[in-house]
Amino acid sequence: MLIVGAGKVGWNLARELDDRGHELLVVESSQGRYATVEEELQHAVQYGDGSELWVLERAGIQRADMVIAVTGDDEDNILISQVAREKYGVERVIARCNNPRNLQHFDLLGIKPVVSATDLILRLIEHEVPKYGPLHLLDLPQESLEIIELDVADDSVAAGSQVQELGLPDGSLVISILRDGSGFVPTGDSVIEAGDEVLLVLDPGLEPRVTPCFTSPAERAA
Amino acid sequence: MLSDGHEVSVVDETPEAIALLERGQDRSWEELGGSFTVGTALEIDALLEAGIERADAFVASTDGDNTNLIIAQVAQRRFHVPKVVVRVLDPARASWYREQGLSTICPTQTAIELLTDAVREAARQHERVG
Repeated sequence: MLIVGAGKVGWNLARELDDRGHELLVVESSQGRYATVEEELQHAVQYGDGSELWVLERAGIQRADMVIAVTGDDEDNILISQVAREKYGVERVIARCNNPRNLQHFDLLGIKPVVSATDLILRLIEHEVPKYGPLHLLDLPQESLEIIELDVADDSVAAGSQVQELGLPDGSLVISILRDGSGFVPTGDSVIEAGDEVLLVLDPGLEPRVTPCFTSPAERAA
Repeated sequence: MLSDGHEVSVVDETPEAIALLERGQDRSWEELGGSFTVGTALEIDALLEAGIERADAFVASTDGDNTNLIIAQVAQRRFHVPKVVVRVLDPARASWYREQGLSTICPTQTAIELLTDAVREAARQHERVG
C-alpha cells in the first residue's frame, strides 16, 4: 500500500501498519521531513511530491492495492485520490480531510472514505459533553441511516412504557438501552425507564417524529 | 476581459491583489466595472459572493495546479458553469485531466512547443544556408 504524506498522521500510520506486517511505501515532499522519517522507515520512504504522476508511478502506484492520501493539503489529497482511482485503477483509496468545510468537495468528486480528524473529535466532544436532546452519533448517508442517542425524560411518554407501546414510526428501531452504566439490546416488551439513554437507528428524516416520545411535554412546549 | 466589455469577477485570497488589477489604470478596478472578492478558491461562500451561479465562464488560475484542478471540477460539476478553463503547469497532470474532459491550459507545454519550434526553424534555415 502507498501512503502519501509523512506528517504526524502519515508517519504514525506507517509505523502501525508496518508493525502489523503490511508492505508499504510512504511518499513525502519535504526534504527535512523525509530525512527524519527515513531514519526510521528506511527504504519504505520515498522523497517526492505525491501529486506528481511520475512520483506516484515511481512509488509503484500501478501495483498498489490501497492508496492513503494524508498530506496536510486537502486539494492534494483530493487530486491524489482521484488519479489513484481513476487513472491507476487503485481499488481502495482513503483520503484525509484537514478542513471539515472541504468535505463537500471530496463528496462532490466521489472520494470516499474520507477521514476528518477534526470532525471525529467534534463528534467525540459532542458525545462526551452531556447535553439534552437527541445526539447524532452517526450518519450513514451511503446506507441511508442515522443513529441517534436520546435521554429519557422523567415525564416522557417513553418512561415506564414497553418499547412496543411507543408507536414508533416504521423505519425506526430501538437498538440499545443504556442504564446504570451498562447496556442491553431490548425486545418489544422491555420497559424503558426515566433516565435511560436509548440508541435508535432511523431512516433519515424521522428524528422529529421519534424525539417527542422521549422528551418531557414541558420541554416540547418550550 | 473587462476591456473587451465582459463582466469580470475576481477572487483572490490576498486583499492587496486588487492593486495588480489596477496597475497602469487611471481608475479603480471597481470603477472600471470589475468586482473583487477576498477568499480562497475552495471557499464556497466566496465563490457564491463572487457570482459563480451567474457565471458563463470560469478561469482557475491560482498558483497551485491541484487547487486549480479541484476548483475547476467544482465549478463544472456543482455550479454547472458552461465554460471552465484551468491553468496547470505540470504537463502530465494537464494532459490526463484534458483526457478527462477539462479544458486545461499548460503554459509549460506551450513554452516547450514554442521553444522547440524556434530551434527547429533555426535548424531548417541553417540547413538551407549550409
